[in-house]
Amino acid sequence: MSNTSAVTGARKSGGKGSFSLIQLLLEGRAFFALIAIIVIFSFLSPNYFKLSNFLTMSNHVAIYGLLAIGMLLVILTGGIDLSVGSVLGLCGVFAGFLMQGIEIPAAGVILYPPVWAVVVLTMALGAFVGFVNGALVAWFKVPAFVATLGSLYVARGVALLMTNGLTFNNLAGDPALGNTGFDWLGFNRLFGVPIGVIVLAVVALLTGLTLMRSSFGRWLYAAGGNPRAAELSGVPVKRVQISVYVLSGICAAIAGIVLSSQLTSAGPTAGTTYELTAIAAVVVGGASLMGGRGTVNGTLLGAFVIGFLADGLVIIGISSYWQTVFTGAVIVLAVMLNSIQYGGQGKRS
Amino acid sequence: MTTQVTDETPHGIPDDPEIVLAARNVAKSFGAVQALKGVNFDIRRGQVTTLFGENGAGKSTLMKILSGVQRPTTGELILEGRPVEINTTVEARDLGISIIHQELSLAPNMNVRDNIFMGREIRGPGGVNFAEEERQTRALMKELEEDIDPLTKVEDLRLGQQQIVEIARALSVNSRILIMDEPTSALSASEVEVLFKVINDLKTKGVSLVYISHHLEEALTITDHAVVLRDGVMTAYAPRNEIDLEWIVRNMVGENFDLGSPPTGHEMGAPALELKGLTVPATASAGNAVDGLDLTVRAGEVVCIYGLMGAGRTETMECVAGRLNATKGEILLHGQEVSHLSIAERIAAGLVLVPEDRQRDGLVQTMTVGRNLSLASIGNFTKGFLTNLRAEAGIIDRSIREVTVKTDGPGAAIGSLSGGNQQKVVIGKMLATKPSVILLDEPSRGIDIGAKAEVFRILADHAKDGMAVVYSTSEVGECLAIAHRIIVMRRGKIAAEFTHDVTKEAIMAASGESLVA
Repeated sequence: MSNTSAVTGARKSGGKGSFSLIQLLLEGRAFFALIAIIVIFSFLSPNYFKLSNFLTMSNHVAIYGLLAIGMLLVILTGGIDLSVGSVLGLCGVFAGFLMQGIEIPAAGVILYPPVWAVVVLTMALGAFVGFVNGALVAWFKVPAFVATLGSLYVARGVALLMTNGLTFNNLAGDPALGNTGFDWLGFNRLFGVPIGVIVLAVVALLTGLTLMRSSFGRWLYAAGGNPRAAELSGVPVKRVQISVYVLSGICAAIAGIVLSSQLTSAGPTAGTTYELTAIAAVVVGGASLMGGRGTVNGTLLGAFVIGFLADGLVIIGISSYWQTVFTGAVIVLAVMLNSIQYGGQGKRS
Repeated sequence: MTTQVTDETPHGIPDDPEIVLAARNVAKSFGAVQALKGVNFDIRRGQVTTLFGENGAGKSTLMKILSGVQRPTTGELILEGRPVEINTTVEARDLGISIIHQELSLAPNMNVRDNIFMGREIRGPGGVNFAEEERQTRALMKELEEDIDPLTKVEDLRLGQQQIVEIARALSVNSRILIMDEPTSALSASEVEVLFKVINDLKTKGVSLVYISHHLEEALTITDHAVVLRDGVMTAYAPRNEIDLEWIVRNMVGENFDLGSPPTGHEMGAPALELKGLTVPATASAGNAVDGLDLTVRAGEVVCIYGLMGAGRTETMECVAGRLNATKGEILLHGQEVSHLSIAERIAAGLVLVPEDRQRDGLVQTMTVGRNLSLASIGNFTKGFLTNLRAEAGIIDRSIREVTVKTDGPGAAIGSLSGGNQQKVVIGKMLATKPSVILLDEPSRGIDIGAKAEVFRILADHAKDGMAVVYSTSEVGECLAIAHRIIVMRRGKIAAEFTHDVTKEAIMAASGESLVA
């Protein structure tokens, strides 16, 4: 996942060889911010610097991280996906709904799909919402902000309708029905690492490889950097645009499954405002909202910065109101630094 | 530098009251790069001083210094005998110096009146005094003999009229010195005539003008003094009556320059590209931009399409490349109909376009030189899911050598290249797909003569290898460079067709243009 090399490599050679401390701090800012957060909170609380705490926090970060990776793909093409929080909620509810069994009145039976089928169907639902977003943006020229704002409302509304505002509580399944194992995602660990974190790692790795080494990744950066030039170079810009929303929807669906598994319940209001956290993670990770610039490592770091900061504030007992203030300040600071970094580059050209 | 006709290079404090603004030893560095290396030059009252020079010679930097956009590293500016410091554009405006940039700086969504008084609205007791602003705008338009209503939105005006609005704005602040950076690049011949009339009127009113243009012939018709810059140094300075076109080019380039000649000694092959009755609707207005065009280009042939702005050259090329849809007609590539293919499929079939505006349509500014070069041929180095880094590096290296891009390496930022090298990257990118037909829309736009010659050499070489080359231009001199055949377009139709031995005058006459002389 060393896909920062494309951006930093270009900058170094353009930078006339002057490599100052400020430049180093600016380029690795998300990393240094994460180190600073860990050091400060370890100092403030004896419970912070413990492996078990890091794993717990990482399990929280997994949710944001999954959303943020999907969001990164959309932002790289110059778009935005505001619907991910609602899609997370909708997919959680949909998974819960499937776990309760599907009654087919005509045949007079109740179907209990196995967990793998639940996961696949839920991801398909996320992909479908993403496809609608992408089609609106690419084919009907609806601005991404508006199209996904609409989906934000619709998806949330459908989630509320499906449960009548209530929460599905029993997601454990029944051995007699052969649909146990849903809570495995949220509670089990592989080699001591929570499954949610492993899911995040796998998604990040695949996305990183796609961005760095596949032609689709190259198309994505080109379509985000200059869609007109990309199109004239034979890049299927519309297909790329639709694909990124579909992938973002799938990421949100995965996050929804992991979250409802962690909570062993699926509520229709889960994930409210998570889209903003995801955007914040992408931006803190150094991506440009104008498209064309950003990496998976950066986004992961951004998600960890925001997650570890929020959890740290909880651990040292600061009120959640202050958490909101701190998070906001971090986001603004990050965007400011992005402007400095990319602004300087613009002037040089 | 050896061929200076007159050495009247100004130096010392100007005592001539006719000199309104003088630059003395003005130098400007950006980091390690010296854009200007100590330039002296004078602007005379009521006269036009034209700056000639290739891209990167320092013309724009000098203009930015005169208009307060940038400050000189060393040297001074002398306004009517007194040294002045100009730190901002507002200070420049207060001193009576205005600049009209190449890219117009009007707000298209606002009307003419509001644009002219933008940022210095006339205030009355009840807010902005619109009536007074409108009255003054009408007076300005009358002065410029332009029938533009002050309440028209700028976006509804033709480009030439927008230019007039920009000039009116400069005049409304009582500019004594007006700097125009490439004002004619987007104007039609008749609009240029209007502009030149305005310039002559301004001269009689005592306004001094500084003029920059790549259209050398055009600039020569209105200038009183010529200043030639090369590599940040002033190489020549002379009044109009002592110079001619050849003198300017010689001083700009430093040697006699030839854009090449049509490649010979190879066999023309079968028809590579055939257009039959091609009709493309105009985007902005009713009617057709391209109207029943028939054209056949054979393998190994170089065809030049000449025409004025709006003649339909760009639309023809964009339609052939697949960006615009034709309403009628056929596009045959080696005898195969390609109208139904996407841009990507046409590239795969060997038909590529190098677009006119390299910043907007040619380059991905966020990507490196190497990735821009390989963008159109990703398929050639992808196996299964992953790209092959070594194969890509090979393609990039070959492209850089083939089109002779001067760069720090494939990892350099695309913005670090000069205009000419950026253009070579766009061409190299399309050549890397190994096309059999290449269309180039104004490949020489905004690049210097040296780069132009190299671009034409690359095209001529490929034509010899059997590629069909079609390029468009709005500079007559370039028609005669490497083209075997010259097509003149006028209002979407072919107005005339010439072979290489035609004269410039004949080409211009066919296009509906007349030499402004």
